[in-house]
Amino acid sequence: MDRSQGRTGGIVSDGASAAPATFTGNKALQIEEPLIFEMGQPGRCGVDLPEPPKVKDRLNGLRRTGEIGLPGLSEPQVVQHYTRLSQKNYAIDMGVYPLGSCTMKHNPRINEKVARLPGIGDLHPLQPVSTVQGALALIDALAHWLKTLTGMPAVAMSPAAGAHGEMCGMMAIAAALEAKGERAERKIVLAPESAHGTNPATAAALGFIVKPIPANDRGRVDLAALKAALGPEVAAIMLTNPNTCGLFESEIIEISQAVHEAGAYFYCDGANFNAIVGRVRPGDLGVDCMHINLHKTFSTPHGGGGPGAGPVVLSAALAPYAPYPWIVKNGDTWSVAEDGSTVDGTPLGRLKAFHGQMGMFTRALAYIMSHGADGLKQVAEDAVLSANYVMAALKDVMTPAFEGPCMHEALFDDGFLKDTGVSTLDFAKAMIDEGYHPMTMYFPLVVHGAMLVEPTESQAKEDLDLFIGALRSLAERAKSGTAAEDFKAAPRFAPRRRLDETLAARKPVLRWRPSNSFKQAAE
Amino acid sequence: MRYLPLTEADRREMLAKIGARSVDELFRDVPQSARLGGKVAGLPDHAGELEVERAFQAYAARNVSPASAPFFIGAGAYRHHVPSTVDYMIQRGEFLTSYTPYQPEITQGTLQYLFEFQTQVTLLTGMEVANASMYDGSTGAAEAVLMANRVTRREKALISGGLHPQYRSIIETTAKWEGFHAVVGKPDVDGLEDLIAAIDKETSCVVVQNPSFFGHVRDFGKLAEACHAAGALLIVVVTEVVSLGLIKPPGDMGADIVVCEGQSIGNGLGFGGPYVGLFATREKYMRQMPGRLCGETVDADGKRGFVLTLSTREQHIRREKATSNICTNAGLCALAFTVHLTLLGEAGFKRLAELNHAKASQLADKLAGVSGVQVLNDSLFNEFTVRLPKPVAPVVEALAAKKILGGLPVSRLLPDDPSVANLLLLAATETSTDRGMDALVAGLKEVL
Repeated sequence: MDRSQGRTGGIVSDGASAAPATFTGNKALQIEEPLIFEMGQPGRCGVDLPEPPKVKDRLNGLRRTGEIGLPGLSEPQVVQHYTRLSQKNYAIDMGVYPLGSCTMKHNPRINEKVARLPGIGDLHPLQPVSTVQGALALIDALAHWLKTLTGMPAVAMSPAAGAHGEMCGMMAIAAALEAKGERAERKIVLAPESAHGTNPATAAALGFIVKPIPANDRGRVDLAALKAALGPEVAAIMLTNPNTCGLFESEIIEISQAVHEAGAYFYCDGANFNAIVGRVRPGDLGVDCMHINLHKTFSTPHGGGGPGAGPVVLSAALAPYAPYPWIVKNGDTWSVAEDGSTVDGTPLGRLKAFHGQMGMFTRALAYIMSHGADGLKQVAEDAVLSANYVMAALKDVMTPAFEGPCMHEALFDDGFLKDTGVSTLDFAKAMIDEGYHPMTMYFPLVVHGAMLVEPTESQAKEDLDLFIGALRSLAERAKSGTAAEDFKAAPRFAPRRRLDETLAARKPVLRWRPSNSFKQAAE
Repeated sequence: MRYLPLTEADRREMLAKIGARSVDELFRDVPQSARLGGKVAGLPDHAGELEVERAFQAYAARNVSPASAPFFIGAGAYRHHVPSTVDYMIQRGEFLTSYTPYQPEITQGTLQYLFEFQTQVTLLTGMEVANASMYDGSTGAAEAVLMANRVTRREKALISGGLHPQYRSIIETTAKWEGFHAVVGKPDVDGLEDLIAAIDKETSCVVVQNPSFFGHVRDFGKLAEACHAAGALLIVVVTEVVSLGLIKPPGDMGADIVVCEGQSIGNGLGFGGPYVGLFATREKYMRQMPGRLCGETVDADGKRGFVLTLSTREQHIRREKATSNICTNAGLCALAFTVHLTLLGEAGFKRLAELNHAKASQLADKLAGVSGVQVLNDSLFNEFTVRLPKPVAPVVEALAAKKILGGLPVSRLLPDDPSVANLLLLAATETSTDRGMDALVAGLKEVL
């Protein structure tokens, strides 16, 4: 999560580098790279395919004519191009990536290897079920882990991402309400103002009216206000726990009891499961459904923004409505119940073709087996310990948003930047020059100039100490009151300086065209 | 534990700095009744890499790999050769372990390939703008209908009987819970369906697939005209993106939104996912698109750079007023698509499409010679439907017992429709061999 879009801040061109410009525009390992469309030559190709046999044309007179416009490149050009592009990215493999709410933890390579094994990575989803028994067993094994770790009786595996899982869970709630004949009257979904934007977006898409639940001054749901808001019109509450302020909802049991007593359901946003995995089971907290971001807690790679996977665990009340497909075990064999099949329930429909994000299931299961029950508990403990350590080491120079121990995220507000002329955005951009990916900025909305730091369990203490040292130095420089211009000019050493997001939105250029081929500004 | 860097000494020092006696103290906000005494019961402890790898080899051994058998299954997921370069590139840690490019100064690698991807998608589909990808083609199709409803402010979608049954099912599920009407055609087995008469003033969109689920190649130019005359949008779904190397693109037929499953380029079969959805439309509808968009801009020094843009459509800004609840795309699968398509280029992509068409044509000719087998398609790209003299499901099982993965019984996806019980859907690609085709013909002769 991040709120930086649309906030360009001040862009300052000050000729930041004192050194003379290079002739090429390159800076040693940082090489300026054109688009593939500016590189191609007719007659070049990066594959060798045989001459197609001559056959009768069966295209119904619809043969494509003319050029598509794809550039021709050889294999070495393609390798060099994308290698150079890769070197313009920050990544977990390079260091601390403290993007709060995103759980940027280490991505083990054995997970990549097993996902590519012949007989797993190359299976067709519609092969005869008799030829994919191992694949179904694998999905069932992951489902068993997810159910056991959450203390929930059922799981819908097919959602493709966290937001897709939210849609699945909220559809299941709508289905349960419909079965009880209450869908028409229960139109309201309660969500805290600190919720991820997906929560209100999902509820609204399903026709619910989203109403905010106020928070108390401890950053938790105000229980009395929640109780007052509950009633026969409320369908569900959507709550993240630990919440987006990095805090555990200490009255969670009272919340779930009140929600259930009012005849509503409890949707838990599982984005922050990493703080409690192996240590607390959401089923013991009274949740009715929770999506699990396999790409967060269970380390399937974020891949530059997907693919993810968002299985949803379901309570006994919602389990009958799980969407197709259902993987069903009969003795020693598995079958797939697809649309129209009779199952022990009334599925809400289908959310995705085939059986879900199998490649992510494989990686997540490898991660889970590698850790085991003991290792996963340690994951939660180390993630929480690291966040509290960062909080403790910075609380005298930055301003924690709330008191008391945090969970796996340390949340600061911009109080320490007051009257310095430096904004949260400026502070974040200065971190880039120090070699770090910034934390999540301006989220949650309920905290002014929020900075949400999630170190995860993957960083060595020495590396956390270096990170803390960099933030302390930046905070002290900001507070000196004389460095605002320096901060506004950051980053200076990244592959690009601050980008003009206003221009991008005002005059959208979403594709390359020969006519608008970019001309570098005259030097 | 090999992934956890903190030592016991580190943990003690960190607790001291925090001023806590134990980690348990940090979890003090968890209600007493929900605190587990120890680890979660009933699950094994951690395992070494060797043990994990062995466990997955055991899972793999219980499956039949398509590489080990003559293989002719398609139906929305296609077996193609993916060059080694593709898998190498997407496993570079700078791509694999980066996230959504929220900080564009240090994610130009991701942003530039997304810009290249969006451009490639517009070229293949013949459309004006494309987004940075969807979860897959099937979810993209449902998002396209929602977008058409927003654009037209209408709530009735006409769904072709030539659309993949699972895509249809997702649209119906979306319609049921998000509140619009989906009018679904009967399975269009012979490719002669005409939806023009069904379009009226309440129709928001017509959703067709080309080539259709049953393999027919059709011109939707007249349908597009009829849609536009009634103020509706034409949505064209393409589940085999390679077909766009040989078949007139949907943009040239008048489509308003094009959704493709991009798996065939760069992405393995993977038992159904993750795949990559391509989503393209007309420029005038740009601001109603779902999903992430990458755009060109300049940095403070005037150099070209790329950013995520038009985010005021999105959930993290608009919350309950967003165009969709989608946050992520299929970034790494989009990279695989882009690298593979860049390797292919104009000449390679067209030749790949020709090869696929030729292989499927050869297979159709061979099967037409088998007694009792009737090829239903006059037109096809790399997939077609045949009618057998008896129910197909047991035939496919019998072929599987002979280690031949001989197509999809249509009844698996349309179990409630007895009229499709004898239909078999078959695909051939550049990976199909003469030997494999002959094995299928021989196998069919034995089991029919």
